[in-house]
Amino acid sequence: MAEVAEKEKKEALFSKKRVKLISDPLTDNNPVTVQVLGICSALAITVQIKPAVFMFLGVLFVITLGNLVVSLLRNLIPNRVRIIAQLVIVAGLVSIVDMILKAYQYDISKQLSVFVGLIITNCIVMGRLEAFAMGNKPWPSMLDGIGNSLGYGAILVLVAFVRELLGSGKIYGFQVVPQAFYDLGYVNNGLMMMPPVALILVGIIIWIQRSKTPSLIEAED
Amino acid sequence: MALNKESNGYVITFSVVLVLVVSVLLVTVFSITKDRISQNQKLEKMQNILAATNIQVDRDAAEAAYNETIVDAFALTETGEVQLKGDKEAIFNIDLAKELSKPEGEKLFPVFVASKNDSTFYILGMRGKGLWDAIWGYVSLQSDMKTVYNASFDHKGETAGLGAEIKESWFTQKFTNKKIVNENGEFVSVSVIKKGTAPASEYNVDGISGGTLTSDGLSAMLKMFFSAFYEYSKKVANNNPVIENVDMPVDSLTTDSLSADIIQDGIDTLSASTNNNSNN
Repeated sequence: MAEVAEKEKKEALFSKKRVKLISDPLTDNNPVTVQVLGICSALAITVQIKPAVFMFLGVLFVITLGNLVVSLLRNLIPNRVRIIAQLVIVAGLVSIVDMILKAYQYDISKQLSVFVGLIITNCIVMGRLEAFAMGNKPWPSMLDGIGNSLGYGAILVLVAFVRELLGSGKIYGFQVVPQAFYDLGYVNNGLMMMPPVALILVGIIIWIQRSKTPSLIEAED
Repeated sequence: MALNKESNGYVITFSVVLVLVVSVLLVTVFSITKDRISQNQKLEKMQNILAATNIQVDRDAAEAAYNETIVDAFALTETGEVQLKGDKEAIFNIDLAKELSKPEGEKLFPVFVASKNDSTFYILGMRGKGLWDAIWGYVSLQSDMKTVYNASFDHKGETAGLGAEIKESWFTQKFTNKKIVNENGEFVSVSVIKKGTAPASEYNVDGISGGTLTSDGLSAMLKMFFSAFYEYSKKVANNNPVIENVDMPVDSLTTDSLSADIIQDGIDTLSASTNNNSNN
């Protein structure tokens, strides 16, 4: 990861290496399915697509800005207190987002409710600050933040899609399973509403991804 | 670099400066957004109170509609004693979270009196515990003081898709026309029950599958607030108030002498608002 910092000045704004910062977390280095981070929120808020989307937007904002701030301060932050320093920055950002939403986008803030606060505890945020922003320049750090939140959001929405469709017959709050199905005896799958199902779904996604991507399979001993 | 980044002095200075900068930022944002936030919350509360009588308004129009519709307010103790009668401002500002933590007998429950299309409704502010956190809502009773007209609920953190569904209209509309008092005049409240565990009746509502604990909390909340209001309605019936100036617009079906003394205060507002009442 440190190699990005090398020939910074000559690199184009969207060089191949930098595009990879965004595309990698979507596939081979997905924060949820490969690094297994952010699982907690993947369980909690994927019953419906809407909160999942809002959660993704919140995380996108916080990681991108958090990465930027930490990257700007990376040479000032003392090693011994770096985790706490990162935490203060993240918590501050999240609180600011929360207040601004409440003041100017009250309806969206109602939708997000507790999830805004939960962003602080999202392991991906701290993970990216610690693993990337602490050692890279601001612009690549921001790209890395965008990439990782996209990768996170993709899994979140995918899981929420399956759970909402099978669990309540809806997509993004709109009824898609026609009433005729219910009249014929079709029932919504209540199991899909339970948190463990999200874990099973994430497991299935990991399984599919690994079977398609040989490089992710660990060597057998 | 002359500065030793790992020295204690640097670490402490850095931490202090960082925390100070973040605090100043937070305080600044807070003071900028504070007024808008509390205004938003106030308007939302007005919207919720109005929604309990089936009046849906935009947030911008909430205040005007609220002032027009809510003609009176009073607070009830758990035993149905009236307090703070007519002080709309004070009743609106009652914080139920604080009231519920007060000792037995000192709690005050807000009741708003609404007038819509010449009918009177009593809107009960409620708050209770769901599965994870607080639940609250507004339930309106018709002027007979025992039939539910409409209900609106909200919650802080019930499970999305399960307990959280209590705020959805498909659930709240089940409360309409339920009764809190049975044929013999005894208090029964309205219970949220597990589907099929009791025959459907005027006194129960089917809960949400998978949201049983939220439903139980909801039942307990309804019981506590309905019971205070039932005690109050008994007192009103016993007092059998004399009606003065009966030239007020009376809904022949629902408004009876029991509620007359409460409407009295709002008569002026009432007759004024009936002329140009466009809310429905």
